[in-house]
Amino acid sequence: MSETKVPPAPRSTDAESVGGAERTQLQMILSRFVRHRAAMVSLVVLVLIVLGAFLGPFLWRWDHLVHLEIPASVPPGPEHPLGTTTAGHDVLGQLMRGAQQTLKVAFTVSIMGTVVGSLWGAASGYYGGRVDALMMRVVDVFMIVPLLVMVAAIAGNVRGGTTWYAVALIIGFFAWAQIARVVRGVVLSLREQEFVEAAKAAGASPSWIIVRHLLPNAAGPIIVAATLLIAVAILLEAGMSFLQFGIQPPDISLGQMIGDARTAASTRPWLFYPPGVLLLVVCLTINFIGDGLRDALDPRQTMVRR
Amino acid sequence: MTTTEHTSNEGTAAAGTADVVLEVRDLSVTFRSDDGPLPAVREVSYVLRRGEALGIVGESGSGKSVTSMAIMGLLPKGARVEGSAKVLGQEIIGLTDAQISKVRGDKIAMIFQDPLTSLNPVYTIGYQIAEAVLAHRKVGKKAAEARALELLELVGIPNPEQRLRQYPHELSGGMRQRVVIAIAMANEPDVIIADEPTTALDVTVQAQVLEALEAARRETGAALVLITHDLGVVAGHVDRIGVMYGGRLVETGPVEEVFYRPRMPYALGLLGSLPRLDEERHERLTPIVGTPPSLLSLPTGCTFAPRCPMARELCHQEEPRLLAADGSGERVPVAVEDTGAHAAACHFSDELEGARPTDLFRGTAVATEAAEDGAGEALAEVAEGAPGADPEGAADPGTGEVILTVRDLVKHFPIRSKGLLRRRIGEVQAVSGVSLELRERETLALVGESGCGKSTTARLMLQLIRQTSGEVSYRGQPLHTLSPRQMRPLRRDLQLVFQDPFASLDPRMTVSDIIAEPLRIHGQRNGTAKRRVRELLELVGLNPEHGSRYPHEFSGGQRQRIGIARALALNPKVLILDEPVSALDVSIQAGVINLLEDLQDELGLSYLFVSHDLSVVKHIADRVAVMYLGKIVETGTTDQLFGAPAHPYTQALISAIPLPDPVKERTRERIVVTGDVPNPANPPSGCRFRTRCPKFAGELSENERVKCVEEPPELLDRGTGHQDACHYSKAVELI
Repeated sequence: MSETKVPPAPRSTDAESVGGAERTQLQMILSRFVRHRAAMVSLVVLVLIVLGAFLGPFLWRWDHLVHLEIPASVPPGPEHPLGTTTAGHDVLGQLMRGAQQTLKVAFTVSIMGTVVGSLWGAASGYYGGRVDALMMRVVDVFMIVPLLVMVAAIAGNVRGGTTWYAVALIIGFFAWAQIARVVRGVVLSLREQEFVEAAKAAGASPSWIIVRHLLPNAAGPIIVAATLLIAVAILLEAGMSFLQFGIQPPDISLGQMIGDARTAASTRPWLFYPPGVLLLVVCLTINFIGDGLRDALDPRQTMVRR
Repeated sequence: MTTTEHTSNEGTAAAGTADVVLEVRDLSVTFRSDDGPLPAVREVSYVLRRGEALGIVGESGSGKSVTSMAIMGLLPKGARVEGSAKVLGQEIIGLTDAQISKVRGDKIAMIFQDPLTSLNPVYTIGYQIAEAVLAHRKVGKKAAEARALELLELVGIPNPEQRLRQYPHELSGGMRQRVVIAIAMANEPDVIIADEPTTALDVTVQAQVLEALEAARRETGAALVLITHDLGVVAGHVDRIGVMYGGRLVETGPVEEVFYRPRMPYALGLLGSLPRLDEERHERLTPIVGTPPSLLSLPTGCTFAPRCPMARELCHQEEPRLLAADGSGERVPVAVEDTGAHAAACHFSDELEGARPTDLFRGTAVATEAAEDGAGEALAEVAEGAPGADPEGAADPGTGEVILTVRDLVKHFPIRSKGLLRRRIGEVQAVSGVSLELRERETLALVGESGCGKSTTARLMLQLIRQTSGEVSYRGQPLHTLSPRQMRPLRRDLQLVFQDPFASLDPRMTVSDIIAEPLRIHGQRNGTAKRRVRELLELVGLNPEHGSRYPHEFSGGQRQRIGIARALALNPKVLILDEPVSALDVSIQAGVINLLEDLQDELGLSYLFVSHDLSVVKHIADRVAVMYLGKIVETGTTDQLFGAPAHPYTQALISAIPLPDPVKERTRERIVVTGDVPNPANPPSGCRFRTRCPKFAGELSENERVKCVEEPPELLDRGTGHQDACHYSKAVELI
């Protein structure tokens, strides 16, 4: 093994080492997560962004639409904290609505892709042999298709391709393949582990083994892949909007805002930077939260966070 | 063996410093860790004279490997090394990497445990040996290659010219380790440090590699530091011995002194916890209770005191120094140079004179007395719950009812081509016609080296894998015809305990969940399962309060107990134990063996004990079956098989086991096999053992050999139930 040469410190077996009180698994996971500083900060930031995106529109006087009362191309000021567009949108209003749509798409894709991909990958890896070969060929087909082109092609031909859930379903339909691959790889090595054989020897059924042993042990890679998928979904949605296949005006998404402001970055920076920075912050916080979750779900992690 | 003549006498006579090649003084190594400093090695001192062999024994975490890594300058940057180590008078602690590289490989060489990772897979053997020569000698490429060839011959590798051009993966483990030895001796070093050189190898191969190590020493005149956990290996191959515990040397002295007159309770305890091949099966092993101390929180006073049966007030306050007894009961300091002295770090070492392990340690199965009482009750409770278990104790072997039968079992694993078609291009004949009978309340041991098919047989018996042909039946009911669904209820009766206590427990589940899993699978309610889990934890000698913890919080021995508890959860009739103690330290192993024996008596279990360790098998088994390349070559009761082994393979196996007794180990008669186990995808014709058989090679005439080549020998009864599969078998007495 590639461990460092520090000899494993034999753990003391006395009751003090863990603390006498029996704690539930959930409490342990929570306490480990809370100790992960970057994840906690990210969680707070993300919650604020989500609150802003979903509750903000109720509090702010402008929505994301054009209003005649709004003067064109005003830089940030007291009336319009993030300025206005040439057409007469309030950028803050757009930003809140855009973030809302983008987050809805991203989380839907991530949840859908992770559930489908994990189950598909775990089943493929666990059964192996012909089943595995067949299931992985299906994955290959989904992987080699140029995602953006495919997504755009379908979106252009589907009625209702303008709503956020249609966009999410289309992206999700293609995006699970990557997760399936990752999970299959992990499961291939996990299924050879003796604890899986122990469960078989005890009479466990394949679905029991997949749900109780394989998926929990693959949780680390799954969570990392799921967080990456959120970022992928955000970018794909942005790309689709850019190509005008995504969420259609008058509705708006962060990607669409960036696309619209692509020529304005130097002349009217208030149109370009707010959605750009927000996109970046959302992706970053989700990655940190993913790290924290992965560590918290692994009972081998030490309780103390450095 | 023939190793020790040149030293012990000279060594003690000339107590000067002239011939000292390695001098280690007050060497301490501290690792920085997140939980504070970790003192892995503390104040280790020893000297090594030219040609001498020093054995360092200790359990995992005792600091024995770290000591040698510190001397070689191979520790990671975070380690703080204090003290001094001199090679031929030159201080090497504190040298820069560039400076120490000149010493390393030239004056001092190291052999690591795993020969697979210490050779570079992308270079040929010849290149790697030549590289070692070229690193320190200004010779031409031709000369270096010639030297490589010469070295391979020295370590006993057949067809050396051909081997030079091969890559590491084309060689077997034993062969690779010999290449590593060849590289170590390439520059005729003054000191060779061998860190567990044979731990990853089978016993018959271990004997060959130790032989190569001896050859290396003879040839180079180098002094040897042999680091191992195996007291048997040390007994036959070194002059002096140092026992390490908790990062310190706790006993040093000539090998005979330490083995026959240990002065430190730990050394005595280690000897007592070893199952012995050379002794009658005694009632109980005497394990050392508890587990080795955590280096992060070492106890004040003697580090062994918490596990020591004779610990007193003083032991918990003051750490004893390494002192020798002067004969009058006084303990006096000895100079490190005095290599003949026998020193021990124990306040009361004089009381140990003439003590035997059983005087001090008790043959218990569980760690603490409190837990032991609890376990006794739990045992009784469970025994009541187990139908059909009468409390009379074990029946005589061979008289119980047959409960698990295997007939003509065959398992071939297909070898498939790479690529899309995955055509079948051959098959590994893992099991080729094995028949076994397991009786009630009996322990049947299945013995053999790695790759002989013993674990596959065990899994076939549980129907965890499907046989190619043959029959398995449990209490007369055929299992091989059942579907996985039909098999499920029968799994209650047939359970499995695994070798690796780390891999066999799901790291994401708490201990309670792990033990309760079989119960839940078979539809028990949560409440009943919880109660049962507490019972089981007590039964195997663990604190029932610890159920909410995760496996990684337990030591190896404790985890193996958890594995046993899980196997017992459904009240099985048969336990298949796949190398249940081979991953454990000796002092821990004894406790688990005792536990298994207790459980069998109390619960009326039948064991199929799969193992490569004949010493353990002799201790625990009623009957033994020896496997070689998928076939059973000899079977009989334990007494028959060890008293008068008839098959040459059994004889070789028994004589390859090192005895933890220096005199016996050096003087015993040996039957040595050469080479490695052939590829099971293409086994030899006729008798599968003939390619390595000492009888075939040495004793038989041309005509007699024909029969071995052409005719596979049958497993034939020799009248007393003792069967062997050899055309020319002859029983011999080996121990």
